[in-house]
Amino acid sequence: MILPWLILIPFIGGLLCWQFERFGNVLPRWIALLTMGLLFALGLWLWATGDFSLAPAPGNGPGAAPQWAAEFQVPWIERFGISVHLALDGLSVLMISLTGLLGVLSVLCSWNEIQNRVGFFHLNLMWILGGVVGVFLAVDLFLFFFFWEMMLVPMFFLIALWGHSGSDGKTRITAATKFFIFTQASGLIMLLAILGLVFVHFNQTGVLTFNYADLLQTKMSAGTEYILMLGFFIAFAVKFPVVPFHSWLPDAHAQAPTAGSVDLAGILLKTAAYGLLRFALPLFPNASAEFAPIAQWLGVFAIIYGALLSFAQTDIKRLVAYSSVSHMGFVLIAIYSASEIALQGAVVQMLAHGLSAAALFILCGQLYERLHTRDMREMGGIWARMPWLPALSLFFAAAALGLPGTGNFVGEFLILLGSFQSAPWVTIVAATGLVFGSVYALIMIHRAFFGPAKADTALPGLQVRELSMVLGLAVLLILLGVYPQPVLDTSAASMQGVQQWLGNALNQPVLAR
Amino acid sequence: MESHAMQLTTQHFIALLPLLITSATVVLVMLAIAWKRHHTLTFGLSVLGLNLALLSLLPALEVTPIQVTPLLLVDKFACYYMALVLAATLACVTLTHAYLGGESGKGYPGNREELYLLMLLSAAGGLVLVSAQHLAGLFIGLELLSVPTYGMIAYAFFNKRSLEAGIKYMVLSAAGSAFLLFGMALLYAESGSLTFAGIGAQLAADGLPSMLAQLGVGMMLIGLAFKLSLVPFHLWTPDVYEGAPAPVAAFLATASKVAVFAVLLRLYQMSPAMAGGWLNDLLTLIAIASIIFGNLLALLQNNLKRLLGYSSIAHFGYLLVALIASKGLAVEAVGVYLATYVLTSLGAFGVITLMSTPYSGRDADALFEYRGLFWRRPYLTAVLTVMMLSLAGIPLTAGFIGKFYVVAAGVQSQQWWLLGALVIGSAIGVFYYLRVMVTLFMAEANMHRHDAPFNWAQRAGGIMLLVVAVLAFALGVYPQPLLELVQQAGLVAVLP
Repeated sequence: MILPWLILIPFIGGLLCWQFERFGNVLPRWIALLTMGLLFALGLWLWATGDFSLAPAPGNGPGAAPQWAAEFQVPWIERFGISVHLALDGLSVLMISLTGLLGVLSVLCSWNEIQNRVGFFHLNLMWILGGVVGVFLAVDLFLFFFFWEMMLVPMFFLIALWGHSGSDGKTRITAATKFFIFTQASGLIMLLAILGLVFVHFNQTGVLTFNYADLLQTKMSAGTEYILMLGFFIAFAVKFPVVPFHSWLPDAHAQAPTAGSVDLAGILLKTAAYGLLRFALPLFPNASAEFAPIAQWLGVFAIIYGALLSFAQTDIKRLVAYSSVSHMGFVLIAIYSASEIALQGAVVQMLAHGLSAAALFILCGQLYERLHTRDMREMGGIWARMPWLPALSLFFAAAALGLPGTGNFVGEFLILLGSFQSAPWVTIVAATGLVFGSVYALIMIHRAFFGPAKADTALPGLQVRELSMVLGLAVLLILLGVYPQPVLDTSAASMQGVQQWLGNALNQPVLAR
Repeated sequence: MESHAMQLTTQHFIALLPLLITSATVVLVMLAIAWKRHHTLTFGLSVLGLNLALLSLLPALEVTPIQVTPLLLVDKFACYYMALVLAATLACVTLTHAYLGGESGKGYPGNREELYLLMLLSAAGGLVLVSAQHLAGLFIGLELLSVPTYGMIAYAFFNKRSLEAGIKYMVLSAAGSAFLLFGMALLYAESGSLTFAGIGAQLAADGLPSMLAQLGVGMMLIGLAFKLSLVPFHLWTPDVYEGAPAPVAAFLATASKVAVFAVLLRLYQMSPAMAGGWLNDLLTLIAIASIIFGNLLALLQNNLKRLLGYSSIAHFGYLLVALIASKGLAVEAVGVYLATYVLTSLGAFGVITLMSTPYSGRDADALFEYRGLFWRRPYLTAVLTVMMLSLAGIPLTAGFIGKFYVVAAGVQSQQWWLLGALVIGSAIGVFYYLRVMVTLFMAEANMHRHDAPFNWAQRAGGIMLLVVAVLAFALGVYPQPLLELVQQAGLVAVLP
């Protein structure tokens, strides 16, 4: 019974924020903070108490329903066999905890930044997070699509109404609209694929259902499976973002308010990776196996292309945005590697990137509040002008380039280690991404914080709120880097399942497919 | 059939009750106007009549399906669309009352009462149309629906645009009717029957439909496409939507189009000849063109009424996807989509109406007049936002359920080209719906020419609008009741 509350809490909290705006600007912030705190606490509690050896896997036997650590189901639209079906396994509990944590941080980092329409801002923020939690819990394909599309609207408002105008004259509304159209159009393609799958299943069994467990049993011809898989892949590729579909991301990031960037990089990108792991691979294992080399090379391309473009940016937020493209490329390689080690690495990488990207965007936001620019050509010499912030930026830049001792290192190492066996060339080329990573991470520090100072005046230092947010993230990132075992234990069963699906398909002789 | 076709029993009268009550209301309203001009009295009589007609659907449902004269077939399908037409008319009448203004002071300067008369008359035509199973019934219904709308569109005749729109609609609508009649004549010449089922059976017996029959069906399609404003017969739509008084535009977009589409669906389902060969390809082409051009042209609009006009072209393109799919979920999909579309259009035009209330020369339909509306009228803005999201088909709104149904029907019958057009069209559509939405929330401009009166929520129109918005949201979250209703409203097998 706790699962629906995970979704309802942010939605209700958002409405409260909106309604309590009439009593001043402070109350909505506290309500939002409490809401997110509650979500985070519930996520941690579920993590602590759940039995995550239960996860969906093909080994459960033909016809057996997938096992979950927790499950909730009530009928919703009976005409189509759609139910509000939520389920939790190790992967989703990790993602939900990350959502809760970043939710708390995005409320905290907008404490001073957002000064007008505070209630409505937090309504949008809460609803994005509610939608994201819904995506992580839904195991009914209609419900999944419902949340997938639903979270776009508040995100659109967040960028369009509270965003900054770009340094190159692009308006925030253009960026928001671009984001919306990219994801909405690709989402519709996924809807077509979902319905295609449902009707294939309907023609076989005569049962109209959107239930994940039932659809897993669908048998398809190779051609159909490949096309339906592509429909899912395109939707996830846009959100991921895989390189030909990435152009919305830098614009959206550059124009979004800090909280928007934190959510976008920290969690929204992860919904795509989650979707691949939960839906695209298990539902279409044979087609995915066939597609795996293409996906992996797309990942390699994203790593290098993202890193190179990141290096070329002058806008500090765009730099971090492109670095996300690069980092998510590693996750893409791992997902299609059919190696349990690499898949576990992908989970760690998703968490670590969530933490480090969020921290970098928060730092960019704090810098922007002081300098009122994101252009690195106008920065320089900040190291001398304020304490803490440059040093912390250096730490997170180092984490982003994969410094041992941080979670990013563990993630990237596991990914490369696991993928090497099945795809050595992919892994070798992808490893060069680490070199490029250090180039753009260090050039950011160099351009922004070292060099001659543009002004002599000291900048206001970090407040306790600002400092504790970033320090907390740093501690978590080091913890994840030094002792990742609890995370690995939690996601082990889920990743084993995914590995079996893809592994079984890969091991079949080609003719049998 | 011939023996008892002319005998009318009580059951037949019960089945006809909605139409009879509406017609009686027309007469009553006319007499009341002749006796004494009184705006609120006329409004009250109209609302009462429409509500009674809606209620009379309940006993009518008990006797369905029943054939009343060879012209009309009252089945559950007809009852469902009658309910839709009556509810839409009721909403438009409510909006009209707000729009024309109170008893004294500001408001419409001419005679107010006749607009109700025309609207009721037109609604009666809609009721005939949705139960027509005979070409004569179709024609009578269509003319009874269209002719009063000429007067309604030109009702604000001292406004040049309104008059121009009325004349334009009259000429084009008459041209459409001419096409329709010619097509009917050709079909009759070929098949020797005027009932939908008879034509279908006759043409099926002949094997491949002859050239003459195909030409006849094609010309009928052109006539109906005029009324539904499908590309390339759409040219009148934006001008008429812009020129017509806002509540009349709402009526045109909802009740009028629903009735025409319902009869098209019945014709298509009952006469398989409609669905053959190149005609299907032609319809596919019309659908794709409507989706693409409707959406593309809407991109360029700065006038909300014109924008909604173009968007309605695109929406009827989406509906054609379900019509062409024609089997499986298709009939249900049309039912659900039309219901959600009616709800959404009423909401959108309702906001425009309340913004233009009371009547003051021209409607508040320029997009800049809505700039920053959120900071002045949060509830009105919330209504319009929900409607825009619903038109764009975003989850949590009724529009999403409608679009989902249409896509499902398309996937089921594997209409990939149409679905491709639908995806592209929706992506383009999102752009202009979002533009309207962002405008509502932007920083307030220093412009206050048009504003809804402060007590708008107290007026009947405002309450109706809030109900529409809540319904659009509720159906988006829990559509099961609507789906069950529509499922039962499927077309019954053809009566012997």
